[in-house]
Amino acid sequence: MTPLLTVENLEIGFGREQSVVRDVSFEVPRGETLALVGESGSGKTITCRSVLRILPRSAQVRSGRITFNGRDGVVELSKLTERQMRHVRGDAISMIFQEPMRSLSPLHRIGNQVSEVLWIHRGASEREARRDVLREFERVGFADPERVYRSYPFELSGGMRQRAMIAMAMVAKPDLLIADEPTTALDVTTQAQVLGLIKTLQKDTGMSVILVTHDLGVVANMAEHVVVMHRGRVMEKGDARPILSDPTHPYTQQLFAAAPEIPTVDEPAPEVESNDPILTMRDVNKTYRLRASVAWKPDMLARAVRGVDLALERGKTLAIVGESGSGKTTLAKIALGAEKPDPGGEVLFRPSAGGEPVVVNQMTREERTEFQKNAQMVFQDPYSSLSPRMRVQDALTEPLEIHGIGSGSERRDKAAALIEQVGLKSDMLKRFPHAFSGGQRQRLSIARALMLDPVLLVCDEPTSALDVSVQEQILSLLEEIRDRHKLSYLFISHDLAVVARIADEVAVMRAGIVVEQAPAETLFFDPRHPYTKALIAAQPEPDVNRPIDLATVARGAGAPSDWPEAFRFGEDDFPALTTMSPGHKVRQHV
Amino acid sequence: MSTLRYALYRMMTMVLTLLVVSVLVFAIINLPPGDYLSNQINELRATGQSAGVAKAEFLRREYSLDQPLWKQYMIWVGFLPGPNGFSGLLQGDWGWSFEFERPVADIVGDSLWLTVVVNLAAVLFIYAVALPLGMLAAAKSRSWIDYTAALVAYLGLATPNFLLALILFYYGHKYFNLPIGGLMDPIFEGQPLTWDKLQSILVHLIVPTFVIGTSGASAMTQRLRANMLDELGKPYVETAIAKGLSERRMLVKYPLRVAFNPFVADIGNLLPSMVSGSVLVSVVLGLQTIGPTLLTALKTQDQFLSGFILMFVALLTLIGTMISDILLVMLDPRIRYEGRES
Repeated sequence: MTPLLTVENLEIGFGREQSVVRDVSFEVPRGETLALVGESGSGKTITCRSVLRILPRSAQVRSGRITFNGRDGVVELSKLTERQMRHVRGDAISMIFQEPMRSLSPLHRIGNQVSEVLWIHRGASEREARRDVLREFERVGFADPERVYRSYPFELSGGMRQRAMIAMAMVAKPDLLIADEPTTALDVTTQAQVLGLIKTLQKDTGMSVILVTHDLGVVANMAEHVVVMHRGRVMEKGDARPILSDPTHPYTQQLFAAAPEIPTVDEPAPEVESNDPILTMRDVNKTYRLRASVAWKPDMLARAVRGVDLALERGKTLAIVGESGSGKTTLAKIALGAEKPDPGGEVLFRPSAGGEPVVVNQMTREERTEFQKNAQMVFQDPYSSLSPRMRVQDALTEPLEIHGIGSGSERRDKAAALIEQVGLKSDMLKRFPHAFSGGQRQRLSIARALMLDPVLLVCDEPTSALDVSVQEQILSLLEEIRDRHKLSYLFISHDLAVVARIADEVAVMRAGIVVEQAPAETLFFDPRHPYTKALIAAQPEPDVNRPIDLATVARGAGAPSDWPEAFRFGEDDFPALTTMSPGHKVRQHV
Repeated sequence: MSTLRYALYRMMTMVLTLLVVSVLVFAIINLPPGDYLSNQINELRATGQSAGVAKAEFLRREYSLDQPLWKQYMIWVGFLPGPNGFSGLLQGDWGWSFEFERPVADIVGDSLWLTVVVNLAAVLFIYAVALPLGMLAAAKSRSWIDYTAALVAYLGLATPNFLLALILFYYGHKYFNLPIGGLMDPIFEGQPLTWDKLQSILVHLIVPTFVIGTSGASAMTQRLRANMLDELGKPYVETAIAKGLSERRMLVKYPLRVAFNPFVADIGNLLPSMVSGSVLVSVVLGLQTIGPTLLTALKTQDQFLSGFILMFVALLTLIGTMISDILLVMLDPRIRYEGRES
């Protein structure tokens, strides 16, 4: 059988510069999934977009042939005029994008945006289109299609929006679906469900899929064929099973080595003993008051954090894991004194072993200055956390200047010493941040955080904006620095596999509440809470023999009111944490 | 329904704002020492014309200028009775112009709605020019269309309005037989509105609209271009292209809708800046708008006249912002549903 899509010797470049995609060829068989895998800058996105010619204006397809053998017979896509191409887009070949938050127009109703496909390609009337769209909404798993039809994008969650995007791509029953990192911006449980949905739809309609991703776990779960790309070239291609179980190309091997994995654990770890906690949170709650838009409506209360008791042992790493909206970042802010907990809560910080604790939520001005020297933060986005107008040297010495520590030359010496410690060279100090890659910038952020010799580092998703191979390096660096400087980490993450690597103790949060807390190994050996189980099950493993267990995900990923009886809780009252074994606590009704 | 409630709510705040503005206007007009009449009385005394003094004294009492300032204010607005009972702005009595020795209503009467007409025409002109031009410049950015649009826009910004007015009058008259000066043929002045009068006004409006609107249109074109360019980089534009929309339909339906918001928000700012900005143009073009009258009134401390005109401009501004706020609520669901439970 002839393949549905054939790409031959594709070459794409910008302006007069060297090509960014070189000599790329692959085939997409009918009814199957091809994964384009690579890190940022590999050219995978440009390659998939060139099929529908949705490229930046300065990009040119320099040579190559793209042939599509779909419902209208054999068509050479690379030779179509713009007008002919419009008939293919959204009809025989459709596309979904990475960011469901921004890929839908904020000002038009979902129903309008999805129906538009049928108006364009089928000349459907508003009524006909509506009927088909509602049916499609039902297929992608919306409980109330009518409501979604009338909704605006901002009224839906990220997962719902991506479902709407999928409905938009599927409504014209395409032969080929191109999905460009469709789940990268989603929570891991939502990702599992969306991937499951794409698979089901594929089975129902017999369409082919090109899946662009950086995540080998996603590949293992979805694809029959793989193309591994690096710097615009194909490194390795072929059937998924052999490549994933036994990669031959060194680059693929490297990707596999870097891919974070939830470890298989044989026995639980001993309890993390609490002798000398550096940070203690007692009964921390945080309620935000959302001002109503008009004066006569009552304000709304958003309970971001509820009843959290946690302790971070000196020299250890406590990870807080949760999905977006779980309250983990709010908790980090409270730990750093940037937000105050509701009255009654208390955050204690002990700068030195056995020393007098500082009450973080009631610091005097002097105490706060002192506290800021001891507790620093590493932020998520290395692209926006460094000022683009400041030389690296100034960014690094600024904390010392603010606190009036050392002379000018001492500050510069310290900056030079630290930049080498994080694996960069001291002659880079004169550069501006834009001269650095994402991973290098995150190294700079870490160096800056270390300038004041803190004892506590709060890391808020420090690796989630980075490529996997870079993520691996940054995690190693964080571990090395923790041991060298005897630091304690409060590590915020949504990714259990990353946490598995670095944390001594893990607290899983959902809806502002810690639902399970245990030493990392214990948690992976014996997860008790359905939500923890769902998080672990949803993690895509780069192993074709360990597919995502969607049933487990579905059991725990819903709202707390939909959990099994023993764990269920509602708005106001929730069960207490029960100790299952030493150090392992689960929130359940006894 | 919720839009209606919002409109009512905005009306309420508008009335309150207007009240505050009236206090400010009154206070500022009374900041310079003396008033029109006491200045006149001093002058008459100095030249020994006692007959005039008696008349001026009478006017002072008649218009309560002998009262303390706060009372004057209350009487002016119409919260307190003056010598002849309640007769302030609220009751529709706009006061007396000492300079022109006629009631304010008589002086501003015609020019009031002519001002509105001229400025509305200018606003329409601005939007009619800026919308397509800005969109085109963004869609074809960095092409000769873009550069030409920018050149024209900067020329429009840089040319002094009165100069443009003179040039246009000269060539307009020479080649198209357009009338020079005024807002209507003199024979229609003071006449009731007829079809012929309307036609005359429309023909006379061509040049002033162009002159007053050019710089605004230029600025807005450039702003729309910048907004559109921002929007064109957003993922939802890619989604629209991936659906198979033609470029023109895509541009109009998606990025333009989003880039349009700042435009709508501008309506309120455009009105007052044009009233005060078009004074010079009105003088040069001989337009019977309110601008030149305001200038005279301010110079001579003719307090009721200037006070009324300033209040009128404030009212225009407030109505403009209210219209743009309500339009925004109707256009942008994100504003409409803010704070709605999800």
